Amino acid sequence: VSVDPNVPPETPEEAAATGTLAASIALKQRAGGIIVPVLTALVAFLLGGVIVLATGHNPLLAYRDIFNGAGLNWIFHPTTDVASTAAYNLSQTLLQTTTLILTGLAVAFAFRCGMFNIGGQGQYFVGLYVANWLGYDFASMSPLPHILIAVGGATLAGAAWAGIAGFLKATVGAHEVISTIMLNWIAIWVGEWLFGDGGPLQNAANKTIPISNDVADSAKLPVFWGQQQLQGLHVGFFVALAALVVFWLILNRTTLGFEVRAVGFNPEAAAYGGINVKKNLVRAMAISGGFAGLAGALDMTGYLYHFGQSDIPVNNVGFLGIAVALLGRNTAVGTGLGALLFGALLYGTTHGLSSNVIAPDLAGNLTYMIQGLIVLFVGADVLILYVWNTRRRLRPKPVRV
Amino acid sequence: MSEWVQRLENPVSARLRDPATTGYAGLLLGAFAAFLGIPPIMARTFTWPIVVGILAVALGLWTATRGRRRLGYGAVASGLLGIALGALATRSGEGNLNLVFTASLIAQMFVFSTPLVFGAIGGMFSERSGVVNIGLEGMMLMGAFWGVYGADKGGNWVVGILVALLAGGLLAFVHAVFAIHLRADQIVGGTAVNFLALGITGYFFFQIYHGNYIPQGVSTIPDVKIPWIKHLHFFGPAIGDLNLMVWASFVLVIVSYIVVFKTPIGLRIRACGEHPRAADTVGINVYAIRYGAVILSGMLAALGGVYLTDGFGGGAFTDNITAGRGFIALAAMIFGNWRPFGAFGAALLFGFSTALAYRLPAYSASAATLFQALPYVLTLIAVAGVIGRTVPPAADGKPYRKQ
Repeated sequence: VSVDPNVPPETPEEAAATGTLAASIALKQRAGGIIVPVLTALVAFLLGGVIVLATGHNPLLAYRDIFNGAGLNWIFHPTTDVASTAAYNLSQTLLQTTTLILTGLAVAFAFRCGMFNIGGQGQYFVGLYVANWLGYDFASMSPLPHILIAVGGATLAGAAWAGIAGFLKATVGAHEVISTIMLNWIAIWVGEWLFGDGGPLQNAANKTIPISNDVADSAKLPVFWGQQQLQGLHVGFFVALAALVVFWLILNRTTLGFEVRAVGFNPEAAAYGGINVKKNLVRAMAISGGFAGLAGALDMTGYLYHFGQSDIPVNNVGFLGIAVALLGRNTAVGTGLGALLFGALLYGTTHGLSSNVIAPDLAGNLTYMIQGLIVLFVGADVLILYVWNTRRRLRPKPVRV
Repeated sequence: MSEWVQRLENPVSARLRDPATTGYAGLLLGAFAAFLGIPPIMARTFTWPIVVGILAVALGLWTATRGRRRLGYGAVASGLLGIALGALATRSGEGNLNLVFTASLIAQMFVFSTPLVFGAIGGMFSERSGVVNIGLEGMMLMGAFWGVYGADKGGNWVVGILVALLAGGLLAFVHAVFAIHLRADQIVGGTAVNFLALGITGYFFFQIYHGNYIPQGVSTIPDVKIPWIKHLHFFGPAIGDLNLMVWASFVLVIVSYIVVFKTPIGLRIRACGEHPRAADTVGINVYAIRYGAVILSGMLAALGGVYLTDGFGGGAFTDNITAGRGFIALAAMIFGNWRPFGAFGAALLFGFSTALAYRLPAYSASAATLFQALPYVLTLIAVAGVIGRTVPPAADGKPYRKQ
């Protein structure tokens, strides 16, 4: 298939022939519209249900309990009173959604520049560490500047951490997937060291426990739904929603975004058009990392307040961001909806779940399976092209002039 | 006249003066400078590390000025690092040194390197055929759980290994279908396979063994006790009592080298990874080769997993027990430049650094924790091309479309 760079690709095959990852992702954004992600999610839930059924549980009842555990039944009797279980569960689901929106954007932004940022987890951790450090120090500051310093510093740290991978890709061509995986593990072990016995961020009160200090009260984000002691929903939720808007604005209404998308779609053509490809790779990676670092900062100042060695291996919000972004097709709206789905799954299958149909340990692993299936199907070009082509066959053929 | 020139340029002396030879000699000498300070040699003055280190630096400079700059400066860095580490070791207390550097450190190195060897060789087969496999972690995890399950229910560790092979191969098959026939992005597919394995093993672990319950009295993979080595001074504790899977990993490295580089099937695998269209033209079934290679990689990774649980682990499984070893195996494969012995060397290096990290608390607990990050830092440096540029197969990661 010959490709003329001046003519936008007409068919998926032509688009795929440009060969870049972002080109194929861009194609999938058009192919089949919203149908494909919805179908993907349905198939994943269906297959998950088959496994639940095969192991002797009722999948419909299990999904109903997960639905209730996530507080989604709140729409049937809405109240802002968190004494209601549904309202409390929903506030917790939205708490997870806040994080997942940002870790999802971290993956989505790099994707739009043709890179697969699998290092959201490490960038999130680096954000957590720095927010904890800055939030504990400067304890005598007044709240607003303290929060700004902690959150801003953590965001920059996440950006710098991802920027390493972008820099290595731009200068020596190191594949960003390998370098971000390595940076993830370095971040994990740095965390084990920071909070461990004798580590620099270990709490001052009890040197036998590998947990950090709590951030100072002045660095804690205000809670607007529920109570601070009971892990209420903090104002970071609105920051995440604003980040969705910012993501859309940067990509679609700024020169920076245009360059990022051009590089993602076809680096050679972008370079020919006078765009500095290397600069854009580093910049896109840094912005990606900034989103993940912000996620870590909001979690630390919003509801975690402290972090310990044992919290590190069980945390996987950065990896969930991959599924969120892919399901949301790397768009702002899609990422928001994907984050809500996975936020509900994350909380509804673990802490929120009270069920005699399926135990939380099973349901939590069901989340992993559904996540894996969704990523698996979203990545399959051929399946998506099939749906796309079916739709095209059903429509009358456009006349080409 | 011409005879004289030929005699001067005879292969041995030419090879000795080849910058590649001096470069690698410099790298090795640099490493040796560090080893001078620790048992069994344990030099107590830091003259010796410095002398050997300077020799390494000199060789490195010689190499760097004769065209191989990257290798030369690598040797210089190795020499300087060797001087620093060797000097550090001579300053450290003899008691601590004897505690950390014992012969059993070698045995422990093999314990940690064996899963990596299986994973890395598996990954090599897959990537040599042109399919990127970052699902190694998941395939290893499948082998780890289903291997113990098989050994428990089947009553014999052989059954466990067979079940592990089946589980790893099955997951690899899923990856292969999506990567080869459905032309999905292979990195996205591999990531998906990892999540899937995490969910499946965790789900069935709780469903069958109710969470933290570890089955008692599972038939485990036996250790190989070599009677005539067992009583030797250094070799006894080092290699006299290794697990069967450790020896199997040594065999695997040699066999896979022969298969990949000395047999027709290896040539076909490599052809599919370098130029699938050319391979297709001469009648090689690219899809079949790639399916075979990916499934083989899953089986090998699963063997690494079953060693973790049913070999070294004594039949115990916990959620996500592989804890990133699949990714280190991937790193070892890249570090070893997609070659069996290179991957083996990298796995040994990573295994050694892990084994060392478990003993460093003799000096400082927190430094030992930080030391665990070393394999990842090394890999990052390797992919950055500081040590030597790694060259993946040309068609690695590119789906092939028949015409």
